[in-house]
Amino acid sequence: MKADPRGVLSGSHYMDGDHACCEGALAAGCRFVAGYPITPSTEVVERIAQRFPMVGDGIFIQMEDEVASSIAIQGAVWAGKRAMTVTSGPGFSLMMEHIGLAAIIEAPCVFVDVQRGGPSTGLPTLPGQADMMQARWGSHGDYEVIAVCPNSPQESFDLTFDAFNLAEKYRVPVMVMLDECVGHMHERVVIPPADQLEVVERKWTTQKPGHYKPFEVTDQTMVPPLIKAGDGYRIHITGLTHDERGYPVMNAVAQEKLVRRLVDKIRLQADAIVRFEEIGVEEPPGHVADVIVVAYGITSRVAMRGIELARQKGVRVGLHRPLVVWPFPEKRVAQLAQKAKAIVVAEMNYGQMYFEVERIVGGRCSTRLVGHGGGSVHDPQQICDAIVEVSR
Amino acid sequence: MNGVFETKPTTAVNPVDPYLRMDRMPSIWCGGCGIGTTVNCFTRALTECGLDLDKVAIVSGIGCSGRVAGYLNLDSFHTTHGRAIPFATGLKLANPELKVVVYSGDGDLFAIGGNHFIHAARRNIDLLVVCVNNHTYGMTGGQVTPTTPEPAVASTTPYGAFEFPFNLPHLADSCGAVYVARWTTYHVRQIARSMREALCKRGLSFIEIISPCPTLYARRNKLGDGLDAMKYYKQKSVIKKGAPTAGVGIGFQGEIVCGTFIDRERETWIEAYNKRHQAALGARFAPYPTGFVDAKVE
Ligand SMILES: Cc1ncc(C[n+]2csc(CCOP(=O)(O)OP(=O)(O)O)c2C)c(N)n1
Ligand code: SF4
Ligand SMILES: [Mg+2]
Repeated sequence: MKADPRGVLSGSHYMDGDHACCEGALAAGCRFVAGYPITPSTEVVERIAQRFPMVGDGIFIQMEDEVASSIAIQGAVWAGKRAMTVTSGPGFSLMMEHIGLAAIIEAPCVFVDVQRGGPSTGLPTLPGQADMMQARWGSHGDYEVIAVCPNSPQESFDLTFDAFNLAEKYRVPVMVMLDECVGHMHERVVIPPADQLEVVERKWTTQKPGHYKPFEVTDQTMVPPLIKAGDGYRIHITGLTHDERGYPVMNAVAQEKLVRRLVDKIRLQADAIVRFEEIGVEEPPGHVADVIVVAYGITSRVAMRGIELARQKGVRVGLHRPLVVWPFPEKRVAQLAQKAKAIVVAEMNYGQMYFEVERIVGGRCSTRLVGHGGGSVHDPQQICDAIVEVSR
Repeated sequence: MNGVFETKPTTAVNPVDPYLRMDRMPSIWCGGCGIGTTVNCFTRALTECGLDLDKVAIVSGIGCSGRVAGYLNLDSFHTTHGRAIPFATGLKLANPELKVVVYSGDGDLFAIGGNHFIHAARRNIDLLVVCVNNHTYGMTGGQVTPTTPEPAVASTTPYGAFEFPFNLPHLADSCGAVYVARWTTYHVRQIARSMREALCKRGLSFIEIISPCPTLYARRNKLGDGLDAMKYYKQKSVIKKGAPTAGVGIGFQGEIVCGTFIDRERETWIEAYNKRHQAALGARFAPYPTGFVDAKVE
């Protein structure tokens, strides 16, 4: 289905990543946003509050807190809307229970986290990338989510747009993991005409009321079709472990069936979800560089400078940058580990995606973390030095 | 269903059955529990309110009272502890055609969820909020709640509750609710009428129903069974329509002032949203549907 032109601000703009995120959501058909102000994410909802009244059919509500915001959007989803909430570190922490709710009731919705330095109130105005594992594991219980990680305002538009499509396709909460730098950085953002933007329609059921079951799998995707409240289906939705009808069932058999599917619908389809970009990793094809730098978000751009410096010293080094960070591009990284000498992970934390990489590499090559506490980006020289060292 | 005043006809189908998910019966509620009685009243209000039941949604939090959503044959949502109101806010604002009812317990709505209640009332979101107040956390074994009067014993106040309890009608009133009433499970006809009236209001309506938890609250405080609770409600409740809400707080086994205290009109959130944006943006603003469904009070 083509994007609704009312929400698409086609043209070439100069805007920051937060504003681009807002435009990505609007273009994707998001028509319900609940949020609570927090630096450095507030610009997203400020722009939404300004844009919705003129786009029509959209509601922005500033809720009393992030706990409320993160469940209000799920009410909106069951009313048939595409919905998102937007926050940063402390607010993201408050949303965790409802990420689990969205996972178990399979509510397609989008959570934007513009990462700042933590823990706690940390560095409100300065960048961090230390919520990456929280995005993956933050709520209790077992489930899978999808998370994307843009490294520019343009990608903030593109990946927020894609986040809505992924949410609909897999009926999962999708996290857009910005960081303060990308959120506040101004660059050119090109928004295509609406007829060039492909929107994944919600997977509506074809069943009649009385026959429809909200958690019944009808095809190989393991993703049950949806309905909306008010259409006569009289559904029951619960955060308790439930059967296909949505009725609570308190036993291990029901638990196994439900949780297994929540996990499998992402894990078994990960190949179709993962996305990454590589620069100088395999040039020419089949010849993997000696050192691979894995970096995402703003750090991928800083790492590129580190890579250039290392190349000047004669090191064959390339960048592997996940755009979809969860599920992680596990197969590709394992493949690279077979051939490369070393993998360097640069991130604004003291080891989050690094441990994922280390696990995947499993000793097949050496790994090195170039950590950083946040508050500023890395010094590219630090990344260069690590590359040179591991290449020896 | 264990409502004390339900007399099931022995032959025909119980008139409440069509409103319930009979495939989920029997309910989890204990004998003598008041929650079922309130549900019985709610189904009666649904019969009489004239609403298209396909357009009525019910949202609960977590608790014994939070299970109500699961038994009603409506679009029904059993959400997280304390968060039924913000879920309902999203549901209602995203589809204003729906009549959205929040049905939950005193702990759920006023301890963990208190902040959401006061803001929903202040905003005048078009919701009916029904609170089953049994003065305890039934589901988790009878702990103290923000409505437990001194010196009632609860599992976490083994020497008696001592905190100042909420006067819920007063709270709802001061936050701007357009309809505020209190009844006990003894007042089945009044509850049904109040619910019917509230379903027809535009804005946030609040009904508190004082309800027995014989298994935990009553047993721990040696108050007898469900029938004893009815005797207490009958003897100690007084109906004072329009009573100033500041004076309707409840002491331990004390007087229970019942009645409709508040019934007024005030702009709902969507109406205020439309008015403001219309004024600021004129023709550039596309008004949002208010979705008011016409309902009749008989
Ligand atoms: C976040 C969270 N904290 C605590 C609980 C445990 N819990 C479940 S129900 C409940 C209390 C319910 O009390 P109330 O709302 O008064 O309902 P009642 O059982 O009395 O009807 C609590 C504390 C939970 N489910 N979730
Ligand atoms: S524990 Fe109390 S509130 Fe819960 S069902 Fe039993 S009697 Fe009712
Ligand atoms: Mg209670």
